[in-house]
Amino acid sequence: MKIRNYWNLRDWGADIWERANRPKRIAIAVGSVILVGLLPFAGASFLATPIAAYDAVLVYPVGIFVLMALGLNIVVGKSGMLDLGYVAFFAIGAYTMAIMGTTTGLNTWEIMPFGIGFAMLAGVILGLPTLRLRGDYLAIVTLGFGEIVRLVLLNSSWSKGPNGIANVPMPPDIGPLKFKLDDQKVFFWVVILMILLTIWMIRRLSVRRPGRAWEAIRQDEDAAELMGVPTLKFKIWSFTLGAAVGGAAGVLYASKNLFIAPEMFTLNVSILILSCVVFGGIGNIWGVVIGATILGYLPDRIRFISDARLLVFGLVLVVVMNFRPDGLLPRKKREKVIVKKGVHA
Amino acid sequence: MFAVLIDQFWSLTIAGVALGFIYVLISLGYTMVYGVLRMINFANSEIFMWGTFGTVITSRDIFHYTQTSEPATGAKLALVLITSLFMSMLVAGLTAVFVEFVAYRRLRMKGTNRLATLISAIGISIALQEVMRLLTDSRPVGSPRVLEKIILTEVWGANIRLDTVITIIAAASIFFILERFIKLSRMGKAIRAVSQNEDAAKLMGVNLNRVITTTFLVGGLATGAAAFFYITVFEYTKFNIGFTMGMAAFTAAVLGGIGNIRGAFYGGLSLGLLEVYASAVLGTQWKAVTVFIVLVLVLLFKPNGLFGEAVQTTRA
Repeated sequence: MKIRNYWNLRDWGADIWERANRPKRIAIAVGSVILVGLLPFAGASFLATPIAAYDAVLVYPVGIFVLMALGLNIVVGKSGMLDLGYVAFFAIGAYTMAIMGTTTGLNTWEIMPFGIGFAMLAGVILGLPTLRLRGDYLAIVTLGFGEIVRLVLLNSSWSKGPNGIANVPMPPDIGPLKFKLDDQKVFFWVVILMILLTIWMIRRLSVRRPGRAWEAIRQDEDAAELMGVPTLKFKIWSFTLGAAVGGAAGVLYASKNLFIAPEMFTLNVSILILSCVVFGGIGNIWGVVIGATILGYLPDRIRFISDARLLVFGLVLVVVMNFRPDGLLPRKKREKVIVKKGVHA
Repeated sequence: MFAVLIDQFWSLTIAGVALGFIYVLISLGYTMVYGVLRMINFANSEIFMWGTFGTVITSRDIFHYTQTSEPATGAKLALVLITSLFMSMLVAGLTAVFVEFVAYRRLRMKGTNRLATLISAIGISIALQEVMRLLTDSRPVGSPRVLEKIILTEVWGANIRLDTVITIIAAASIFFILERFIKLSRMGKAIRAVSQNEDAAKLMGVNLNRVITTTFLVGGLATGAAAFFYITVFEYTKFNIGFTMGMAAFTAAVLGGIGNIRGAFYGGLSLGLLEVYASAVLGTQWKAVTVFIVLVLVLLFKPNGLFGEAVQTTRA
């Protein structure tokens, strides 16, 4: 028995989870999903955002940020490659939705695979030549790529340049659930579903060969290569999967916002998403979720200090990074041991 | 397509060299910090932005120049320009030291991961930018014209303006002085020692904290000087100008081989020229795309930069 440290939220949560048996675990999981799903109804409580509509804030920034942060976490957290141009994949997804939605008769769900596909294609095209680079150089190249995508969108006629694309269709209704502009609960539930799918994908991959390969690459790329891990292949896979999640988020965002323009896809978004990942706890899914939730939600919650909210945001980043450099919920030092226990339980 | 380029080749070249020297000085802020810490000084763009306000405040609030007043001449002109230059350097230098103190020092002492430091630097640069946005009400700030842009002479059909000449000569000399400082002074030697091998330098009795603070200070001073020249040429600033200039200067640093001071020189100049030529040929809106594509190509085929020696071997 070790003394429980109540400040260590990660171990506290892991403790409860490990001690629970299967039905209890299902109960915890279902319970928390329902709890999160009910969040849009809490609009009247202290959670409400003063100026922006509360349920809209839950979809964007909060929900979309969580989704994108999870995608970026595959690249930055799992395989340790610093990607500063993640917004490019988000933009590609969004523009796929906007262009195909306004020109063809397809609906959001039919366009989703195309958006994901184009984002993945872009991931491969960018990844093949650049993933041989490392560290800061990779960061700069990806940053450049993000800017190139934005500038091409800004200066091309097929993307309608700086005017952006308006009248992007909303998703069709799913049975009794209707997508509405003034009531975005259904959007929020769709985002939750996508987040759960992403988490499921990451968890499955993490305990299998790709996850082990990423971990090896993150710790020491040369050693991994010498041990026979095809590093380039797995790096491209990691990049492409991250891109896929970003693309999916983009499709949903365009369909929710009904209007997109190049200025929505600046470097700041990439940086913000990276901040979500590092702030929450790089490499740890729950840390990333919490980090993205806080960083997405905070600026809207503190709108009462209206103008100074970004200033406070910047200072919060500095303070938290200085006192918790591994993020709010850091990754476990020995993830593997925990995973094994989970299998036996 | 190339008609403009051929037609105005020399005036473009002169503009490119002036812009290039501004880049050279800003990229010193990136390259020096990278050399010592192996880390991107993300806040350098905001240090530059704060520097530009140093010049504006000097000419507007200390010497009471307005948008409509007569440009200065003679000794008064020299006095205003030199005070502005020093003010910009001072503001930027102090901001850089402040950034090091708030965002880098604690994390560096703890020896934590690089990403945390990066995010901390991003945080401080958001904060710096926001403070300036609140102070200026998000409005662009025009700088009063102190220096009249007289056309000195004409060479091969290109007008040579006074502000370009001052920028080129003064920026080159500032770069030269800083380069000598790094090369010859005791502190400069210490900086180079730390950038070659931090542990060995520490064992040899180099005061690491002082060296790193000085590095930030010198980088800030160079960036501040660049801010002054930027105002002299463009006469305008805003809370968000840092980003574009910072990105370009960073590209310049990588182009020349980051961590390498002479690399910053070549990188800055070639980027300035490239940007000006590219906007003449393809149109201004494609300028940044060209720059980035060149950067990607350089990194792919010559990852140490076009002119740099390998970062690990020599540094001067």
